[in-house]
Amino acid sequence: MAQGATKKASSNKAVAFLKENMGIIGALLVLCVFLAVFPATSGSFLTSKNIFNVLRQISTNMFLACGMTMVIILGGIDLSVGSIIALSGVLAAGCVSRYDLPIAVALIVGVLIGLVIGVFNGFVISSTTIPPFIVTLATMNIARGLAKVYTGGSPVRVVTKEWQFIGAGYVGFVPVPVILMLIVLVITALIMNKTKMGRHIYAVGGNAQAAVFSGIKVSRVKFFVHAFSGVMAGLAGIVLASRMYSGQPTAGEGAEMDAIAAVVVGGTSMAGGSGKIGGTIIGALIIGILNNGLNLLNVNSFWQDVVKGIVILLAVFIDYVKNTKEKA
Amino acid sequence: MEHIHKRFPGVYALNDVSYELRAGEVHALLGENGAGKSTLIKVLGGIYHPEEGDIYIDGKKVTIAGVRDAQENGIAIIHQELVLVPHMTVAENIFLGREHGSGVLIDRKKMTEEAQALLDAQEINIEADKLIKDLTIAQQQMVEIVKAISYDSKILVMDEPTSSISDKEVAFLFQTMRKLTAKGVGIVYISHKMSELEEICDRVTIMRDGQYVGTKVVKETTKDDLIAMMVGRELTNYYTRDYQEPGETLLKCEHISDGKMVQDASFELKKGEIIGFAGLVGAGRSETMKCIFGLTKGSKGDVYVKGQKVNVQSPIDALKYGIALVPEDRKLEGLYHVQSVRFNSTIEVLEQFIHGISVDSKKEVDITQKYIDMMSTKTPTQEQAIGNLSGGNQQKVMIGRWLATSPDILILDEPTRGVDVGAKSEIYAIMNQLVKEGMSIIMISSELPEIINMSDRVYVMAEGRVAGCLDHSEVTQESIMQLAAN
Repeated sequence: MAQGATKKASSNKAVAFLKENMGIIGALLVLCVFLAVFPATSGSFLTSKNIFNVLRQISTNMFLACGMTMVIILGGIDLSVGSIIALSGVLAAGCVSRYDLPIAVALIVGVLIGLVIGVFNGFVISSTTIPPFIVTLATMNIARGLAKVYTGGSPVRVVTKEWQFIGAGYVGFVPVPVILMLIVLVITALIMNKTKMGRHIYAVGGNAQAAVFSGIKVSRVKFFVHAFSGVMAGLAGIVLASRMYSGQPTAGEGAEMDAIAAVVVGGTSMAGGSGKIGGTIIGALIIGILNNGLNLLNVNSFWQDVVKGIVILLAVFIDYVKNTKEKA
Repeated sequence: MEHIHKRFPGVYALNDVSYELRAGEVHALLGENGAGKSTLIKVLGGIYHPEEGDIYIDGKKVTIAGVRDAQENGIAIIHQELVLVPHMTVAENIFLGREHGSGVLIDRKKMTEEAQALLDAQEINIEADKLIKDLTIAQQQMVEIVKAISYDSKILVMDEPTSSISDKEVAFLFQTMRKLTAKGVGIVYISHKMSELEEICDRVTIMRDGQYVGTKVVKETTKDDLIAMMVGRELTNYYTRDYQEPGETLLKCEHISDGKMVQDASFELKKGEIIGFAGLVGAGRSETMKCIFGLTKGSKGDVYVKGQKVNVQSPIDALKYGIALVPEDRKLEGLYHVQSVRFNSTIEVLEQFIHGISVDSKKEVDITQKYIDMMSTKTPTQEQAIGNLSGGNQQKVMIGRWLATSPDILILDEPTRGVDVGAKSEIYAIMNQLVKEGMSIIMISSELPEIINMSDRVYVMAEGRVAGCLDHSEVTQESIMQLAAN
């Protein structure tokens, strides 16, 4: 009986989620159907090779978007993630090629770099009232600068073959980054939906002052979320460096914007307090599949940016229209 | 306004409502939350457009398509939430959107002088070059009024102007209103406070569920009649209070001070007792409670719970000792607006159903339902965003949220502010029930009738100190005001 009630509740939740995200789910379906049916792409889009390829390309953005979803729900923003990709990538690559450290150590160092910068962001943001935009704008420049200082501006190459496993390897027929992406998504979903910390993130983002009255340790929540976002960026950094056989000081330029786009297309409000990781997944998929489709259609990359911009605006506009209708 | 109809999807917000305002009168608009008062005002202000109905001003039919139209027709609205720009001066705010000057340059001096003249004409003691953020709420309201007058408004709408100002300030507000009506300005007055109607209003129009109920001359009607018209039934017991012999001392606070607003406040609370905290705005009542609830860093003083001295550094500590606080400003300090009723109901008691990463959803639903039932909160579902509920129902969810922590001591700061009469009466009944079951309640309120009718004892605060304590047998409005104004 009790179990039945819970099952019903969770299926209700699924229905509610579908309803709420009708616009973007529809957009995603239209996009996929179009690519599957359109003669120029129908041959290549629905192959398992292409699908895994798309998912692997999306994975980096998805890591960032997981952290960014929490940050934005908290009412903040994290601009430093793109630069963390570069710094974590070059240092991890450097560990192997310059200091001959084991690959595992290098990967851990990469993730730790993300953690350190995230912790720094979190510390400043939670203990002062300096806006997250400014704090992370500063660390964005610092991290990018450090990556360039460390490399002198040129890529740090890694010739060891095992290095490529985490970014370009496979387990069975599934690319490793895709597996990592699934693990990260599950962890993020658990934190956001199943833990006290998750509720506290929504509470602080929804009304920070009320959260103080609720006895929520607001600064601890802010600290955690930014540290998490940093770790996600560190992870993205090593995956990307592995895939490119090198740590590149220019890696991840503008990546923070793609992550923000995925989150916002996924229906999370920039005002904070509301949003779902499910929406972000769809948002990241739309952006990723769109890129893939435009590539398959041989659209040149300058035009790709234009199309991406229009799609972001459209997706948010659908949301806007839906919300204003509901309110009136 | 005649036969106004306004429909929203699924809701008939205004159903054939008519309202007439004469020059020089104060005409109250009365009704529970959700009765359609705000909608009617928004139609008048050009924010909503009615499907049917006509608006006449000075006998001429007018169309109000937008805010600008309303202004040109001499209609000015002072919203409950003041809409001044905090970092601009008084003068800049008064002339916002029609700055004086030639070309693109603003003649700041002339603007300030003219604004000052307007303020002086109303005998309002505010300097026109001060920043809005440095003014009190009451002063800001005065600026809004002056701004409205400066448009040569003939019709002034005031939406709950007294909900956050002290009695003294209310008196001044009424004085200003009388001056305006003497000049022929008609004032539409929205308020939940019955006592104000008798004092300031000539006529009153009652609305219920989007419908027009009736219009009465205030002098020829009674409070009970009006309430009955508003709620559609007779409220036999507006205040419910069964006095009982209080138990042993539960909470004792000595020499509480926060170094600013609170100076050496001492009081005690017995088991099964409601104590009221009265005083003017700024007397330090809320601030005292914030000290006790662990919200003020560096506060001094001794707090004893059940005879044990306790050290409360945060709300978490306070909850551990069985102290809960329902904050004064629901919107600012309480609600997670976009989140559901369920989220809002359970945020204090997450540990009861979240363990690690396992959520007992059924228990969460049960807890929420328990307090919805207990408070008789009206909400379509538990998933409803709390921002969409009426003020009264929001307040019920807030109280339920803190009751869920099973406190021994419940601090209610302005528990009925912005709450309609029906819900008010229900909140009183629940308070009565809670103390009967052994809970103790501290109620801060600026509404003297509720303080007088609900409290065992009344502490009156003035300038951060406890000016005196009155037993419920001896408490009157006069005795409270005497202590408060000291």
